[in-house]
Amino acid sequence: MSDSEYVIEAENLTKVYQMGEMEVQALRGVSFKIKRGEIVSIMGPSGSGKSTLMNILGCLDVPTSGNYTLDGESVENLSDDELSDIRNQKVGFVFQSFQLLPRTTALNNVILPLRYASGDHYRQKALAALEAVGLQDRVDHRPNELSGGQQQRVAIARAMVTQPAIIMADEPTGNLDSKSGAEIMNLLLELNKKSGTTLIIVTHSPEVAAQTQRVIHVRDGLLVEE
Amino acid sequence: MSLLQHFLESLESLTANKLRSALTILGIVIGVASVISMLAIGQGATAAVNQQIQSIGSNLLFVSSGGFGQGGGGAVAPKPLTLQDAQALVDPANAPDVSAAVGVVNSRGTISINGTSTSASVVGTTADYATVRNLNLQEGQFITTSDVSGNSAVVVLGSGVATTLFGETTGLVGQEVKINNQPFRIEGVLQSVGGGSLGSQDNQVIVPLTTAQQRLENRGSSSTRIDQIIVQASSADGVTAAQEEVTNILRTRHNTRIGTDDFNILNQQQILSTATSVTGTLTLLLGGIGAISLVVGGIGIMNIMLVSVTERTREIGLRKALGAHKSDIWLQFLLESSILSLVGGLIGVAVAAGVSKVIANIAAASSTAINPVIGLNSVLLACLFSAAVGVFFGIYPANQASSLEPVEALRYE
Repeated sequence: MSDSEYVIEAENLTKVYQMGEMEVQALRGVSFKIKRGEIVSIMGPSGSGKSTLMNILGCLDVPTSGNYTLDGESVENLSDDELSDIRNQKVGFVFQSFQLLPRTTALNNVILPLRYASGDHYRQKALAALEAVGLQDRVDHRPNELSGGQQQRVAIARAMVTQPAIIMADEPTGNLDSKSGAEIMNLLLELNKKSGTTLIIVTHSPEVAAQTQRVIHVRDGLLVEE
Repeated sequence: MSLLQHFLESLESLTANKLRSALTILGIVIGVASVISMLAIGQGATAAVNQQIQSIGSNLLFVSSGGFGQGGGGAVAPKPLTLQDAQALVDPANAPDVSAAVGVVNSRGTISINGTSTSASVVGTTADYATVRNLNLQEGQFITTSDVSGNSAVVVLGSGVATTLFGETTGLVGQEVKINNQPFRIEGVLQSVGGGSLGSQDNQVIVPLTTAQQRLENRGSSSTRIDQIIVQASSADGVTAAQEEVTNILRTRHNTRIGTDDFNILNQQQILSTATSVTGTLTLLLGGIGAISLVVGGIGIMNIMLVSVTERTREIGLRKALGAHKSDIWLQFLLESSILSLVGGLIGVAVAAGVSKVIANIAAASSTAINPVIGLNSVLLACLFSAAVGVFFGIYPANQASSLEPVEALRYE
């Protein structure tokens, strides 16, 4: 972990997609910084470049130009495998549709990112993470034996088990009813408080955004100041 | 991720789709089983044919009358072979490589006792025939030289004929059978030698050559014509030399010019090598048919793996998002196809063993003794081949899977 005050430093990010003969500019020069431990939400209508920004921040994609530094490491000219390693070590993902492996237990789902890392004590780490999200008595259940809220808890446990620098949550409450949605938000905020992990939430919901410390609005590939 | 972990994950995703995996494996099972059992049957048939040819005797030359040998068109009226020709071939001076030569008169006859009758081949020959053809006696004695010179009405029964007529093969010496309604005294009974496509050696009776010529064939007492001379060379190496010597002696005796031979020499080695090349071709053909089904099974694997890649696109995206390298995904899919083909290969070997056993039983029931041989080399060949099929047809789907972009894959519906 770097000593810098900022966990994310984005400088003039652009992203151009080639759609057949047409060039689509998804990002047109975006610059911002996010402090360590901060809770930030990213909002914007569909087609605004919000997803593109999220993919770049999560190292799922690389910018066409500009500099992106995550946790002190510059994410440029990295190979696919190096990007994989950075995602594995520094980013925890929480998806709208949970994205759990259906064939295997909650415990094994949480262990999965540890398997792609070097290290040991998979089981203990995964059990601790499941306990932190309040699922200690559901570790051997498969996803289809869990409620939506519980599945998202497993996903959160999976995101934090590697102790990443940031957690990227993409519409984490989008597939949940309002009660379990609120529970998931509380859980995320509580984990931020406990572990100090930077939390970035991509959302459509003003209620969710209202619970974060800062809101970044994206429109037409540009930032609209908060 | 460790190889063991990859292996367990692959196993897990294969068992998640049990029916599909089983059907995919079935394709390989059929392929491997057909390759192995076809090769086994081919080898068994080769062995059976070789054994039959060997059972005729060893180091033999078959001399027959007629000009249809090499360039024989010139011999208009071939002189018949005679017993004197046969005797002339046993000549230590001019034919040092010939150890024995017997004349044979072949015909068919009806053998009967008290109303029971059977048809068998009747071989008229001399005393040396038993040694030359490797015949052993169950009881009694073989035709003797004095039987031949005395035109004796004696007969040696093949074990098949004895069983048909008497229901047993012992205690028959001294009894009487009729051949074409003429009485013959049984002098001996041969041991069973088995036999097959070349004509059963058990379904024959042997009488003195002279008796066959004069009593059974009505060739008249003056006729000395014989159908065939069987020559035994002193050793396997001497067969070629013996053939030369026999040719020279017969040319001299028959006064023929070179290129117009009125006789024909067939070498046992030639028969053997012809038969071997025929059965070898057959084995190759059968193995080839098996190999085709193995390739079809491999295409089945590829098909299923491609479906699996498409189905699990989101899973692949997730794994990549969580930090999986390209090689992790690649290895996982390749392992899945390899496990399918390897398991299929192993089951295939077992199935082939069963199939061979069944075919051996069927062959035994129809009295053609084929013993399918499952060689270690054909098992190894088929297993290696099926593993190679699994890897070969698994690489393309594995490449497809590992080259998916995580962003695209996660969004895939």
